[in-house]
Amino acid sequence: MSLASLEWGRATGAGRRRPFGGIVVDVPLLVLLCLTAGVGFVVLYSALGADMGLLIRQGMRFLLGLGAFFVLSQLPPRYLRIFTPWVFFLGLGLLLVVMVEGEIGKGAQRWLDLGVVRFQPSEIMKLAAPMMVAWFMHERRLPPTFLQTVAMVLIVCVPAGLIAEQPDLGTALLVIAAGGLTILLAGISVWIMLAAVVAAVSAAPVLWHFMHDYQRARVFVFLNPESDPLGTGYNTIQAKIAIGSGGLFGKGWMNGTQAHLEFLPERSTDFIFAVMGEEFGLLGLLLLVVLYLAIVGRGLYIASQAQDTFTRLLAGALSLTFFFYVFVNAGMVSGLLPIVGVPLPLVSAGGTSMVTLLAGFGMLASIHGHRKLMAP
Amino acid sequence: MAGPSLPLKDHWQEQRLFLSRIIAAGVVIVLLTSLLVLRLVQLQIFDYQRFSDLSQGNRFRIEPLPPNRGLIYDRNGIVIAENQPSWELVAIGEEIDNLQETLTALEKLGLTDPSEHNSLRDLIRSHRGFERVKLSNLTEEQAATFAVRRHRFPGIDIQEALVRYYPFGEASAHAVGYVGSISAADLDRIDRSEYAASSQIGKAGIERAYEATLHGRVGYRQQVVNAQGRVLFDPTVHSHADNIANFIDGLESKAPVPGDNIVLSLDMRLQLAAQEALKDLRGAAVAIDPRSGDVLALVSTPSFDPNRFAAGLSRADYNALTIDVDKPLLNRALAGVYPPGSTVKPFIGLTALEHESIDPHKQVYCPGEWHLPGQTHKYREGRGGVHGPVDLHEAIVRSCDVYFYQLAVAIGIDDIASGLKAFGFGATTGLDIEGEKAGIVPSPEWKKRRFSRREDQVWFPGETVNTGVGQGYMLVTPLQLAHAEATLAARGEGHPPRLLIGVEDGVTRQVKYLDPAFLPKVEHQQEHWDFVRDAMVGVTSELHGTARDPMKGINYKVAGKTGTAQVFTVAQDEKYREADVDERLRDHGLFVAYAPAEAPRIALAIIVENGGGGARAAAPVARKIFDAYFAAEGYVAREP
Repeated sequence: MSLASLEWGRATGAGRRRPFGGIVVDVPLLVLLCLTAGVGFVVLYSALGADMGLLIRQGMRFLLGLGAFFVLSQLPPRYLRIFTPWVFFLGLGLLLVVMVEGEIGKGAQRWLDLGVVRFQPSEIMKLAAPMMVAWFMHERRLPPTFLQTVAMVLIVCVPAGLIAEQPDLGTALLVIAAGGLTILLAGISVWIMLAAVVAAVSAAPVLWHFMHDYQRARVFVFLNPESDPLGTGYNTIQAKIAIGSGGLFGKGWMNGTQAHLEFLPERSTDFIFAVMGEEFGLLGLLLLVVLYLAIVGRGLYIASQAQDTFTRLLAGALSLTFFFYVFVNAGMVSGLLPIVGVPLPLVSAGGTSMVTLLAGFGMLASIHGHRKLMAP
Repeated sequence: MAGPSLPLKDHWQEQRLFLSRIIAAGVVIVLLTSLLVLRLVQLQIFDYQRFSDLSQGNRFRIEPLPPNRGLIYDRNGIVIAENQPSWELVAIGEEIDNLQETLTALEKLGLTDPSEHNSLRDLIRSHRGFERVKLSNLTEEQAATFAVRRHRFPGIDIQEALVRYYPFGEASAHAVGYVGSISAADLDRIDRSEYAASSQIGKAGIERAYEATLHGRVGYRQQVVNAQGRVLFDPTVHSHADNIANFIDGLESKAPVPGDNIVLSLDMRLQLAAQEALKDLRGAAVAIDPRSGDVLALVSTPSFDPNRFAAGLSRADYNALTIDVDKPLLNRALAGVYPPGSTVKPFIGLTALEHESIDPHKQVYCPGEWHLPGQTHKYREGRGGVHGPVDLHEAIVRSCDVYFYQLAVAIGIDDIASGLKAFGFGATTGLDIEGEKAGIVPSPEWKKRRFSRREDQVWFPGETVNTGVGQGYMLVTPLQLAHAEATLAARGEGHPPRLLIGVEDGVTRQVKYLDPAFLPKVEHQQEHWDFVRDAMVGVTSELHGTARDPMKGINYKVAGKTGTAQVFTVAQDEKYREADVDERLRDHGLFVAYAPAEAPRIALAIIVENGGGGARAAAPVARKIFDAYFAAEGYVAREP
């Protein structure tokens, strides 16, 4: 067997050969995702205090996500593109519905209750915003003109603004990241990027003005965690102690004193990276980082092989957004970044983002699996 | 042919642009990942020893430090509330082997209250394992008892703490209030992290009203403790030379900021004199400086010992206080409402002069009883007797009810009500501690609001008659009476009564005094103020003055007025005879006064529940307060 034939996803022209009877399966991606989630389950079991019931629930969520992965893998990117505006405007509508209900209910409102299931419309936007930007640029010439750039910024900022209003600044940030990375990949000029950076810096005081008190407190404590060791700084201090005390090899599975003596808060969700660091040490964290980088690498490879603007932009943006999630969470837990509520993808306990994430990877698999042979 | 201007897509160029962006992104990813890995290496390799020591071999603990609560002084700098060192028994949940057995063993030694077994157990369980939970206050003896058995109690420790102490005990209880253990209800209205180390909070009086000023700000220190919870290293206690640990660099501490001290308007000499005079009685005394509204004394008896609350009152003891028939927890000075009786007569006389309702010098014959024209119901002289011919001056001096029955009818109820309201009756005075009652100034309008049934809303002429002598619906608090008296003494220039007059910064010790506030002036002609003052001086000095005996031998002028409030209504054909009436149904005695009459510096109101007449029960209390005040001020009172 030649090396080329191991690349199952590769298209081979009209008589394309698919190993699973026409079903698209991106094996490298699937293996990497399952490996990472597997590492996650091991750490989570410890972080949950050996609660098998909670771990099984997390497993069910992963299986649900894999279902979405497989279904979307089969959907040719052509259809993804056609559905994109529908999905985007449906998501926008749902955000408005949630906002109106929130007005009536007088309080933060993120969930939409469909009777059978409850979900957050803001989750849809994590995928729909980059899809819409890619759709917008699909028929147009790259790089975008200035007006086109403005239009793309609006596509990202309108839903992000609605989400920030909920108020869910963490998710709004992720939507902006996903959409913004798509715009960057579309090739906007370096000058516009520089101008955006300048604008962002000068907008900081305005943003500061509109921040909630708890968000300002987080910024203060980020700048100096030791200023509030009993309150907000407690999380950062305890997370640093957990990671640092893990050393090179870690204290061993189920032996993390910071986690098991309840010094470390939110250990099964946002701060699970610290549990991993305490119990498996630097080597464990490096393994996890390598797995994540491999997933990102596979995604960027798929993007580079994609054949039209829509799939190219979408694949690239989803891969970079995934890295963004990982870096923001790991940076926050290790004290490099302020504390924002971003879970560690594939590892943190908790449902909706797991499904969204795997659905996104399903699109990547589809983009790669439905390529046509083209003359070089 | 596609010209260069047509927007045709150049796939090759677009792919190159995209690839360059992907490569740029890859470079950024590598850089950021390197940054993350370097951070992890820093934490896990270079700082490993420090973090490892902090987490594993030893426990790293942040201990909150309580701020010292601000002191409370009287106006002369005498300490009314201070902090005394004592011992506390504390538990560290995660180090206790068997919680039930430990608590039972502590109870057997008499160190904790068996009736609180379950609540203490829940309290310990509701805290994080490494937090210190206070179980009880210990006496010196109990602390010694525990100290020798400490090895048998892992996870239980004693620590020094400051407990609030009120040197004047009962005498200051109702004015200053007290602190007590922080309850679940308190937790909702405070910043919990500020109270992380505090075990007490202001519950009543000044202690509650100025909690934010008195409390101060929490500090903290980081400590290293061993598996039993004993402190191995504490930067505020041990020196670096102790060689206990080599990771002290990470330990930090911040000193707590003490609360501000408070200066009250109270003069403890008067407060003690009033408490002593009212001892064994049910009553209240309030003294106010008419020049500023400063409350010089505020006493309510029977009282209670606030130190018992500060030390932690058991549920049973608290219940005993609440069900006591004498209601020691009731602050009669602000929350006790009484009919003012004849103490309203000077105010009604002033209203009559203002409206020219009568000729003040015209005499009216008092036969001992009176009835409204065309009615048979008899309004009797409250204290009995026949006054004969009296004018307004004489009617105040001798407290003639018959004169005031007719005067009230002549003025009319609406003008009486507005005249009384101008002096603050019927509304809270705005004193800076909680719990004040508003009392009642009755009027036809008030009756319409108060009663819902049409037939109850009718104002009867007889009710105007009763109001003229401070009976019927009218109710006042002793604080209102003293405040009205102070406004009368100041000839209408009233000040809202206040207890706080200054704040001393807990750190810099600089005292900031507050200026008195002003109320809208009550306007009357000078000769009317003089007329009423002279009549009130007559009460304490003239031959027939009702308060002549209690004020005998005073070498300055006192303007006063006695009052008697009926608790029990005597049937139309009977006479009130004290011996026949149950002790709790006897009349309340009231006395209001200010002095010196020409340049008043103190105004007061006294009430003695079921004490009989005002002259006999209440005026002697006032005399003792005056004596205490003027002895200090240089007026030496001659004993009669």
